Formats: sequence, C-alpha cells, structure tokens
Amino acid sequence: MSRRQLVVGLRLAFLFGVAGAVEILCRTGRIPRLTMIPPSEMVQHLGTALAGGRYTADIVFTFANIGAAIAISIVFGTLIGLGIHALPRLRRVLDPMLASYYSVPTFVFYPLLIVLFGLTRWPLVAIGAMFGIVAMILNTIMGLDRVPRALMKSAQVFRLGRWATVWRIKLPAAAPSLFTGVKLAVTYSVIGVIAGEFILSVAGLGRQIKFAYDSLDNQTMYALLLFVLTTAVLVYFLVHGWERRIHRRWSP
Amino acid sequence: MTDAEIRGQTPFLEKRVRPLFGRKGSDPFLFGVAFLLLWQGAHELAGEQGLASPWVTVSRAAELIGSAAFWQHAGATGLAFAYALAVALLGGLAIGLTLGYFRLAGDVFEPIVGAIYSIPKITLYPIILLIFGLTLSAKVAFGALHGIFPMIIFTISGVSAVKPVFRKTARTLRLSPLAAIRTVVMPAALPEIFTGFRIGFSLTLLGTLIGELFASDRGLGFMLIRGIEHSDAATILALTLLLFTISALAGWALLRLDRRLRRYQQAAAASH
Repeated sequence: MSRRQLVVGLRLAFLFGVAGAVEILCRTGRIPRLTMIPPSEMVQHLGTALAGGRYTADIVFTFANIGAAIAISIVFGTLIGLGIHALPRLRRVLDPMLASYYSVPTFVFYPLLIVLFGLTRWPLVAIGAMFGIVAMILNTIMGLDRVPRALMKSAQVFRLGRWATVWRIKLPAAAPSLFTGVKLAVTYSVIGVIAGEFILSVAGLGRQIKFAYDSLDNQTMYALLLFVLTTAVLVYFLVHGWERRIHRRWSP
Repeated sequence: MTDAEIRGQTPFLEKRVRPLFGRKGSDPFLFGVAFLLLWQGAHELAGEQGLASPWVTVSRAAELIGSAAFWQHAGATGLAFAYALAVALLGGLAIGLTLGYFRLAGDVFEPIVGAIYSIPKITLYPIILLIFGLTLSAKVAFGALHGIFPMIIFTISGVSAVKPVFRKTARTLRLSPLAAIRTVVMPAALPEIFTGFRIGFSLTLLGTLIGELFASDRGLGFMLIRGIEHSDAATILALTLLLFTISALAGWALLRLDRRLRRYQQAAAASH
C-alpha cells in the first residue's frame, strides 16, 4: 500500500468513524432528537426534499446570486487592481485600508445594502461581491508586483500600447496570483451570499435553513444544511485542485 | 507595505507619475475629503432613512461613546470575544502543532481542516444554538469556530516550513516530541503562527459579532440588530463606523507586528 493510499484510507476511516459515532449517539438518544437527527436521516430527507422539487427555486436563486457575485468580484477586482497598481499615489493611501479590510466584519454593511437596494436579490449579490472583490484586488496587485522587469522592458521594446501591455504581458505574467484571487473570490462569495440570506432575505437556501430552524423543523433544517455544506466543500475542492494544476503548469 | 517597498516594485510607473496638485503628503487628506464628499452624495441619494450623513453619524457615535449603555454592551462583546480568542488561540496552536509535527496526521487531516475553513459557518449557528442555548457559551463557541481554523492552517504551514536541519538537531539531542515542539519547532514557526493569530483575531471578532446578531440580549451585535429592527439609520451607521475603526486599528497594529516579526526572522536567517 502506497503512502498516498494510506493517507486517503485513514482520512475516509476518520470521516466515516465520526459519522458512525454521531449516528449511534443519535440513535441511542444520547444526543436528543431536538438537537440533532441521525446523519442517515439527514441524507434520506435531503433525497426526498430534492426529488420533490420544493427547494428548486431557492437553489436556483442562491446559485444565481453566488454566480453574479463571483463574476462581479473577478471582473471588477482585476480592473480595480490594475488601476490601483498603475497609480502609486492612490495605492499608498489605499494600502492600509486594503490590508485591514478582512479584519472588519463586512456584514455590518448588509442592513445598509438592504436599505439601498430594497429586499431583493441585489443586496445579496452586493454583499457576496464585497466579500470576494478585495481578495481579487489584493491578488491582482500582488501578481502585478511580481511581473519580471525584463518582460516590461520587452513590452517597451515592442512599443506595445497600454492595453496591449496589460493583455499580452501583465495579466499572463500575473496569472498564478490571479488564479489564487479567483479561488478566494469564489469561496468568499459563497460565504457572503449564504450568510446574507441567513440574516435577512426573501428566498434562498440560507433563508430556508433559518426558516426551518425558527419553526423547529429539524429534518428540513439538517437536510438543507447538509446540502449547503456538501456543495461548499465540493466547490472548495474543485477550485483548490484547479488552482494547484494551474500553478504546477505555470511554474518554470 | 512601506513606501520604499512599493517604489522598489514599481520602478517604471514611479517615473511617469506627476503630482496633479500639492505634494504627496497631502494625498491621505485629499482621499479623506473625496470619501466624505462621496458619503454625503450617497446620503443625498438614499435619503435620511437610508444612509445617515457623515455629520449625523459622527455625532451619534460620539453620543454612543458617552452613554453608559454602550459600554455595557461593549463589555459583553469584549468578554465573549476574549474567551473565544483564548479558545481559538490555544486550541488552534495545539491542533496545528500536532498536525504539523506528525507528518502523517497532517496529511490525513489538512484537507478536512481546509474544507471546514471554506464553508459558510454562519449556517452552523442553529446547531450551536441547539447545543448551547442562548448563553455566553454559544457566542464563545461561534467566535472560536471562526477563528480556530486559520490558526490551525497557518501553524501547520509554519511548522512544515521549519528547516529540516532544525528538526534533525532536535532528534540528535534526543528531545521528546513535546520538548522539540516547545523549544525548536514553535520558535522557528513563530512568524507564520502570528499571521494565523492575526487572521484568527479578526475572524473571531466577526464570529462573536455575528453570534450576537442572531441570538443574544446584549452586546454590540445585539445593538446593531436592534438598530436594524427599528430602522434607526444613524445608530446602525455609527456602530458600523465604531466597529470599523476598532477592528481596522487592531488589524493594522497586528499587521505591523507581523511584518516586524518576519523582518526579524529574515535578518536572523541572513546573519547565519
């Protein structure tokens, strides 16, 4: 057995062990049903809930919001990063703010966004984008900082215009950093949108979980929770693996 | 990042920049004025109910700071935050050092930790509430749940980046794992561990505040949600401003310490 197989085997054994232990504790009543239902029932309820189509609209709502937030974060994050990097004076003023951005609970702006956009999907898209965009900006700037000087000189030698330089030299040379930015923007946007739905929203998975919790409907709550967490973990492994492949291909 | 660092990294752009007006020292001031004008403009657009004006916000913030009730709430938040930070720091350190020191354990558990770090932890709030009820423990658990994972992740990566020669030295001296971690591995990984603490610090604060937002009868998060329920725009914005200032200042101070630690370690490495 290779080391890799051993590692994966042990990891699976641990995960199944935890699930099994929770199952036994729930079945024997050591964990009361009001606190948690057995994992097997969560899967079962999730199956019926998905097959019944009751939550299809909420799933589409949430995923569309996350998609919009990711798109805004990536496009505008890259553009703003390019802009800040090209203006050193602006950068010097903004730098301390960008560096401490993630130490501020962005959620405090959510009520404000509801007032500005109304109780629609747009405050959710906005809070998701606010979460994701700064990671994209920071990684764009970091990537541009690392563009080798020789490449910039060749751009001058070839007399490339400003946008041609950005498109043909700067962005490709900064690609590994940009992909790290994309990875973070994706995870942060997911967190931002679902958290926003949880706080206050008209629809979406986050709202349905909160609604089920408020009405003491543990079966629905745990089924949807399982769905959200599984999706988030899948997305994490997808972007993580993708980033690793890109980094391996890009590294000299 | 210091001015010198930025200058070093952008040699081409620096030459092209011509000050539009004034000297560079006036930039933060100009930026501040532009920000206030934007805020005032947004206030005119959104109206008194939507977005309080800068002046109203600042005077409401001053009023809050002068009131005893505000300090009671701030104290409740501070207490929960302190407990949560202690749990996140000590728990994260213990788990991170173990997983970093024992390679097999690290390989088995690291992806699991990374995956939990990436999930929207706010959705776990119902479970925490079902377990702990509406107590201080629920707030602490929620804060620690946010802060412990970056602490673990950075500690693992710090420990695995420790030079092999250090670990060999520890082995040659026949140190027990505990002694090796305490006297060799942890000091060598300290800058990375501190970065984890810095990120864990802000996430713990975030977690504690979110905890109060949902289920609490005191604390700054509770004040915020009450402001939202009464659509009291001035209080919401004043609290936002205060929280933003406090956490930005704390984040800035920790960042400076972080950079100093790293510079110190680089200097130490260069002198060998």
